[in-house]
Amino acid sequence: MTVTAAFFYLFATITIASGFMVIASRNPVQSVLFLILAFVNAAGLFLMMGAEFLAMILVIVYVGAVAVLFLFVVMMLDVDFAALRQGFLQYLPFGALIGIVLLIELIFVVSAYVIDPGLIRAPAVPIPAPDVMTNTEALGQVLYTRYFYFFQAAGLILLVAMIGAIVLTLRERVGVRRQNISMQNARTQETAVQVRKVPFRQGI
Amino acid sequence: MVIGLGHYLTVAAVLFTLGVFGIFINRKNVIVILMSIELILLSVNINMVAFSTHLNDIVGQVFALLILTVAAAEAAIGLAILVVFFRNRGSIAVEDVNMMRG
Repeated sequence: MTVTAAFFYLFATITIASGFMVIASRNPVQSVLFLILAFVNAAGLFLMMGAEFLAMILVIVYVGAVAVLFLFVVMMLDVDFAALRQGFLQYLPFGALIGIVLLIELIFVVSAYVIDPGLIRAPAVPIPAPDVMTNTEALGQVLYTRYFYFFQAAGLILLVAMIGAIVLTLRERVGVRRQNISMQNARTQETAVQVRKVPFRQGI
Repeated sequence: MVIGLGHYLTVAAVLFTLGVFGIFINRKNVIVILMSIELILLSVNINMVAFSTHLNDIVGQVFALLILTVAAAEAAIGLAILVVFFRNRGSIAVEDVNMMRG
C-alpha cells in the first residue's frame, strides 16, 4: 500500500508542478514540453485508478497528436513572445485572487463532501473484475452497444473538426506555376512546333 | 495510507485552478490560453475516471473518452484559427482581435 501511495504522490506532484510550469514558463516551447510531461503523469494516475485504456489513449492522442500539433504551431509562427509577456505582473494579482478563491472553494468541496448512501444506485454498467475481462474489452462492450450513438457523434465531431481545420488553413497561392498534365498531353505538333522559312544571313 | 477518491479529486481541483489561473495571467498569449484549456479538460477527465472507479461504473470512462475526443477537436480548430489569424495580422496578441468589431 505504501508503494501505491508513493507512486500516487510522485505522479500527482509532477503533474501539478508541470501544470504550473505550463502557465508560468517564459518560452512557449517549454510550456508545450511541460504540457507533455503533465499528460504523461496524468496517464500514470489513470493507470493507478485502473483505467488502462484511457491512460494509453491519453499518451497516444494527447502526447502523440495534440501536443505535437501545439509544438508545430508554436515553432511555425514567428511571434515575439517577449512582447506577449508584457502585462504579466499586471494581471497577476487579479488572477491570483480568482485562483485562490476557486482553489479554496474546491478544497472545501473535496474535504467536506459525503456521498448520500440513499443516492447511490446500482452502477449502470459495473466494471468487471480484471481477471474476467480487460479494461479495453469492457469499455468496448459498452461503447459499441449502449453508447453507440455517442460514439458516432464523436466521430462526426472529429470529421467536422478535420474539415474545418483544412478549410481554414488551405490557401490558394497566386502566381505559382503548377504542372498540368492534361494541358501538357493536349499539346499537338501544330501548337508546339513552328516551321519558318528563314532568309539567308538575316535570321528571324 | 489508502489513496482514495479524495486524493484524486484534490489533484484534479489543483489542476483545474492552475488552468483557470493560466487563462487570467496569460491574457495576451492565445497559445498558452489554449494549453490552459487543455489542462482544465485534463482535470475534468481525472474527476470522471476517479468517480468511475470509485463507484465501480464504467460509464464514466466512456464519457471521459468522449471528452478526450472533443478536446482534441477543439485543439485542432483552435490552432487552425490561430494560424489563419497570424497570417492575416502578423501577430497573435489577444487585444488585436477586434476585426469583427462593428
